[in-house]
Amino acid sequence: MVNKEFLEKALESVMDPEVPVLSVMDLGLVRSIRIEEEAIHVEVAPTYTGCPAMDVIHLRIKEALCPFGVTVIHPVIHPPWTTDWMTEAGKKKLEAYGIAPPVGKASDKRTLWAPSPTVRCPRCKSELTSLVSLFGSTACKSLYQCQDCNEPFDYFKCF
Amino acid sequence: MTFQMKWDTCDPKTDYVLHLADDALILGQRLAEWCGHGPILEQDIALTNISLDLIGLARQYYQYAAELIGDGCTENDLAYHRDSRAFKNHLISEQPNGHWGDTLARQFYFDTFHFYQLEGLAQSSDERLRQIAAKAIKETSYHAQYSAEWIIRLGDGTEESHEKIDKSLKKLAPFAHEFFIESEVDTAAQALGVGPKVSDLCEIWTEKVNSILKMATLEPVDLGFPKKGGKAGLHSEHHGYLLAEMQSLARAHPGVTW
Repeated sequence: MVNKEFLEKALESVMDPEVPVLSVMDLGLVRSIRIEEEAIHVEVAPTYTGCPAMDVIHLRIKEALCPFGVTVIHPVIHPPWTTDWMTEAGKKKLEAYGIAPPVGKASDKRTLWAPSPTVRCPRCKSELTSLVSLFGSTACKSLYQCQDCNEPFDYFKCF
Repeated sequence: MTFQMKWDTCDPKTDYVLHLADDALILGQRLAEWCGHGPILEQDIALTNISLDLIGLARQYYQYAAELIGDGCTENDLAYHRDSRAFKNHLISEQPNGHWGDTLARQFYFDTFHFYQLEGLAQSSDERLRQIAAKAIKETSYHAQYSAEWIIRLGDGTEESHEKIDKSLKKLAPFAHEFFIESEVDTAAQALGVGPKVSDLCEIWTEKVNSILKMATLEPVDLGFPKKGGKAGLHSEHHGYLLAEMQSLARAHPGVTW
């Protein structure tokens, strides 16, 4: 019988296709793993309601757990995924990759037209940055530009 | 004999879920029309991102409605095999994109309403709707921020942009009025504790909208005589053309999946 830690380890190699440095474990998308006689049951939360990467993520989880048994994916939307579920290690990996990690807590997004956070440039660490567009290369990112080093960069929205 | 469709005789809750789903799908489809036509790449991407969120939300609602209807009904049946009269979206969602200002004015009115509607749904007596709303409200706060910033940019921009956005906002205000007019669908949902009382949302909506319009150096909103009927399935001519394009593939190839 395979144990849960082993499966978690295996899932650390399942990367988000749109942010290839973060695993589903770093993102905190895996809610639970239940090992039963006939199958492994994994509860997976979507990042965004309309995230087009979800089908691929489900498929990759099944592939990664294939050596251990048949895997059944259960999508869950409650409690909703927020960037608070992302691990600290995940946030560090994001910044090293060139994407500014989410600033603040997700509960800040419950108010309409709240002020924007200060986002640090992942390259030169300057806090003098400006928002270019709220919606970047994917729905979960905004496009920023650093005023010091002039580099444009992606910011993983606090969500 | 008339052929009875599975969704012809829905209970009030299912009807309400369909109303929510139809708004998200129809507006999502309208925004998707901008794909490849945005004025600059970033804005093209922004509108299609919002479209993606709305279509994702529509799927959540349709999947739920399909479960409530049962009898093998699927989200695809509901999105692709209902005709115009069965759709319960607000008329504003189906209004054509027009120019950039028309699209953003429509979005600004809708997003602001959508935010407060979801706040109400987060208190719904229905657990599934509460869960869907809790997820969608965060996405919607980004949509609302985006459209409000554009209203300010256009209103407080050049003389031409000010004049154009003023015209777009005034043209669409009577359509926004429909949000707050109780229809049969709303009254039934409210009686069940499933949805918020829409007439109660008017005050906070107007207040928020006016605070942005003031920053944009524009006049406060005047809702005027309401253009309504969408929630009862009585749509404008634009609706049929939108459905024809959106549903043609599914109807030409029955059983095709997304």
